[in-house]
Parts: sequence; C-alpha cells; structure tokens
Amino acid sequence: MTTQMAPESMYRSTEGLGIWEHRGKVAAVGIGHSPTARRWDGRAETSVGALSIQALRTAIADAGVPPDQVDGLVLVPVTTTGAHWPADQPVPMDVVNAFNPTDDPLDGVGQLSAEWLLKNMPELTNVKFTMYAPGCMSAAIVVAAQAVGDGLASNCLVLKGWHNLEGRYNHGGISAADEVPGTFAISPGRTLWGAPGCYGTALQFAQYCTKYGKHHDMMAPFMQNSRRNGLLFPEGYWAQHRPEQLTPEDYLSSRWIAKPANLFDNDIPIMVAAAYLFTTADRAQDMAQKPVYILNHASSRGVARSITPTLEEVETETATTGRKIYEGAGITADDLSFENMYDGFAQFHQFHIEGLRYRGMQPGDALDFYQTDISIEGPNPILASGGNIGSGRSRFWMHTDCMQQIQGRAGARSLTGVKPEIAVSGGPMPMGGNFTVWSATPD
Amino acid sequence: MVKQGVVPDDLTRPFFEAANEGRLVVQALKGSERLYFPPRSASELGCSPDDLEWREVSGRGKIYNYCVVYDCPVASLKEDIPFNLAVIMLDEDPGILMYSHLPGTAPDEVPVGASVRVIFEATANGQKVPEWEIVS
Repeated sequence: MTTQMAPESMYRSTEGLGIWEHRGKVAAVGIGHSPTARRWDGRAETSVGALSIQALRTAIADAGVPPDQVDGLVLVPVTTTGAHWPADQPVPMDVVNAFNPTDDPLDGVGQLSAEWLLKNMPELTNVKFTMYAPGCMSAAIVVAAQAVGDGLASNCLVLKGWHNLEGRYNHGGISAADEVPGTFAISPGRTLWGAPGCYGTALQFAQYCTKYGKHHDMMAPFMQNSRRNGLLFPEGYWAQHRPEQLTPEDYLSSRWIAKPANLFDNDIPIMVAAAYLFTTADRAQDMAQKPVYILNHASSRGVARSITPTLEEVETETATTGRKIYEGAGITADDLSFENMYDGFAQFHQFHIEGLRYRGMQPGDALDFYQTDISIEGPNPILASGGNIGSGRSRFWMHTDCMQQIQGRAGARSLTGVKPEIAVSGGPMPMGGNFTVWSATPD
Repeated sequence: MVKQGVVPDDLTRPFFEAANEGRLVVQALKGSERLYFPPRSASELGCSPDDLEWREVSGRGKIYNYCVVYDCPVASLKEDIPFNLAVIMLDEDPGILMYSHLPGTAPDEVPVGASVRVIFEATANGQKVPEWEIVS
C-alpha cells in the first residue's frame, strides 16, 4: 500500500464554504500518549517508533476498539523537533533491527512511515486507508476527520511522533558555513543576518507592543498559567520530569533569545508521541469513551509578501481563520467554552485568540486580558492545556485537552468556571495552520 | 560584524551584482508597480522570465521594528551578540522588507519608524550586501 500526502482538497482553507458537510458526524474517542523524554537516549524502546506504537496501542485500547476493526491511519511522517539525523553518523542497526524494518533505516528512528508502523503492529490487520499529513498533529486531525466523514475509513488512528536528538538545531550545517548561496542569504527566516528561530514571532510581538502600547512583562501571567496547567497534565514533560512552577520572577529574569522573546517564550523540544482514534458519530456510541464530536475543521494559508510576516499580515490572517472556524461549525465566538490555540512560541497565542475574538477580544486586547483571571477555575480560561509552554513541544496537548475536558476526564486540570461544551484547538503558525472545533454534542 | 560570504546564484545574481556596484535593485513585474523581495522564479509567479526585471530603488526606507539577538545560530556572528536585527520598509513600497543590523546603532537603542538609507557592506568573501544606517 502506497501512502500519499493528503491533497489540498481535504482542507477547508477559504472563507465562504458554509457549514462543514460532516459537522457532528465524526467523533474522537480514544486517546493515547507515550511517556516523554528530553532527548532520545539511543535505545530501541525509547525511539520515536516505539513511542508511536505505544501511543497507538493506548489509543486503540482507550477507545475499546478491537485492533482488527481499525481500518485507517493518518500520520505525520516527519518526526524531528528541528534536528535531522546527521548525514555522517551511521544509523544504529541494533535499534533498526529491533523492529521489522523498511527499506529506509531511519524509519522509526528519525522518521515514520505507515509501512513501518503496520509492519510493527501486526494486530492491525484491516488497515485499508493510510495517508500522510504535513507538519503536526493539527494537520493530521483535519485529514483524519475529513477522511472519516468522506467514508474513507471508519475507525481511523491519528498519530504524531517526535524525536529529539542531541545538539542545538540550526547551529550546524549552513549556519556554520563560511559561504552561503545567494538565495539562502536573503530568504525568509534563517538568513545571513543571523535570526534565531523565534525572531519572526518576536518581531511581530515587538510591533504589537509598539502598536498597542504593551510590554513583554505583560506576558508573565500567561506564562505562569500555562506552566500551572501543564503541571496538571500528567502526560506532559514538565509534569513528568521537572515539576517546577514558573513564577513571574523566573520568567522575567530569564535570558533573552531575541528580545522581546526570552528563553521561556520558546518551548522545550522533547521526545513524545500521541495518537487518537476517530470514528463516525454512529459507531462512537458503542465505544468505551464519551464521543467528542467534530463540528468543523479549518485551515489557514497565509503568505507573507516579503522577507518575514508582519504583524499586520498576521492579524489579517488570524481574523480570517477565526471566521472560517466559526462559519463551518455554525457557531459564534460566544459559543466557545474554552480555547486551546497554539503557543509554542508563547507569543503566537495572543494573535490566535484575538483572531478568534475569544471573549470579545479585539486586536491589542490579549495582554490586558492576561492580567485578569485566566485560570481553569475562572469564567475565561486561557489555554486550558497549558500548551507547549506547559508540557513541552508536541503541538498536541491542546487537542488532547479539548477531548479530555469534554469527556470529563481532564483530572486535576478540569475546568470548573465553565462547562466544557465547545472548544477550539489548533495551530501552529498564525500564518499557516489547521484548527478543529470540538463539541460535547453533535449539534 | 562580518557576515558569511555569499555566492550569488541564478535567481539572486542581479541583486548581488548591483550591490557590488553600490546600487539597490528589486525584482519587479514589467509595466507594473509590483515589486518582489526576496526574488521569485517566473514559474512561481506564473509569468514568463521576460516579464520580470530588476528595478533600481532609492535606497531609502524606514525601520518597521526590531529585535535584539542574544542567541544567534550563525557561527560567525556569535561574537557580536547582542546585536540589533531590524526590518526595513522601502520608501517606494513599505510592503517590501529587508533585514538590517543597523550598523552604528547601539543594541536596543533603535528608533522605530526612523528613516534609514542603504549602504553596502562586504561579507566574508568580499561579496557586498545591502545594510542600512539611520539618517541623522
């Protein structure tokens, strides 16, 4: 079986599409997470392949579906947090041979293929639909939801795994070269001028502060809240390995990376995998967990005109995304119980929630909103999952939290100031991402 | 600050050749005000290569905003941290942006919105690139 990248036609990326044709007819049921680790320690049982298998098996068991009834698999084949396997370093064959390998020895170590997973999960005897999604779980969710709605699969697994190798990514390779090609020198993002990864977002944030009279210090309550929520997320990195609260003093005294973005404004790369099981609303009634219905999915496809997206381009795009999210779900901002928009970089978050007009926010309002009660106990929860800042770079805590809150199994993180009925999650970038609306009921 | 050397390629050669001559040029669609930076291939723009040209611009602009870089991935710039990394908007078209270290301006003492003019700075292999300095 050859696995293709999902076609663009599976995404809802323009306004004016109306209500999603499968609104309330697709549900998430099972959730599975692997343990986290800061970096890969070189063992087969902690490889991204092993973590992914563990997450998939947990999600299947959680849903209460016999493995031979799983007929679909959507995954992201790229697993890097930034570092790729060094070209001059041999792939450890003891790890490769601990599994049933494919023709590519990096499978299960530095990438994932559907073929490798199916070879190593012999209990999945009935998978007839496989598809790849780019980037992160947010895209895989959209593709899987559309696939189930379209009838391409009935019980569809959704997977994202991450590997994190030793070293600092982007600090080797072309960054260490004496000469660079002209196209690279003036390309967006990393260039001759030495921009670190968070530069573009930090620049937009700097312009945000200039435009609206705000200051980086105003991020502190958001950062504290995110870590607090993350420490209540037992699947997360900080909860598992470094259960330390982040005080405003800790945050504000941290070293700068690209001022006004400091170390904590950047998420910590980790090893982890998560999987979900999606099914039809009808089938979900017979499964082990309460269904979480999908009311819509929407995608943003913003294009910066020049060398980096400006704040003005970001604000235009996030407002458009907000309208697409609500249009296809047939809801308004007032219907959202809570939000779980992306945050890794932390300074993405205000752009996303202002675009949503969450709790009536307009551009420039979010940092003032952060100074109010944004806790999970209050009426206006912000990033109930804690996101990447609260649990490490996975880009999926926000989705898991939406499901767990609506299913009533978010544990110590359970919302108490609002009844979790409708939520939105997604990302990553304000200029380009995929977003899902989750609901306790199909209508 | 000495930037990595630059080896012009097909897409960027006119830009860098002009820089060596002390001129700032930007890719443009012939018969149109539309400018492109970074330059794009004709296929990306959906036009013929003959539809594109390199247009000289004034070399005047304004500072959009900036960050101060304390953690730089580029090895040759690490000894210069912290340094300003600003984005410049061209006067001819504020939607066209270029990076600048703002030579002569102390870190974090950047007047957002100030007028700047282009200068040309040699990189490690002698190839010149545009830089920008504040107009006093």
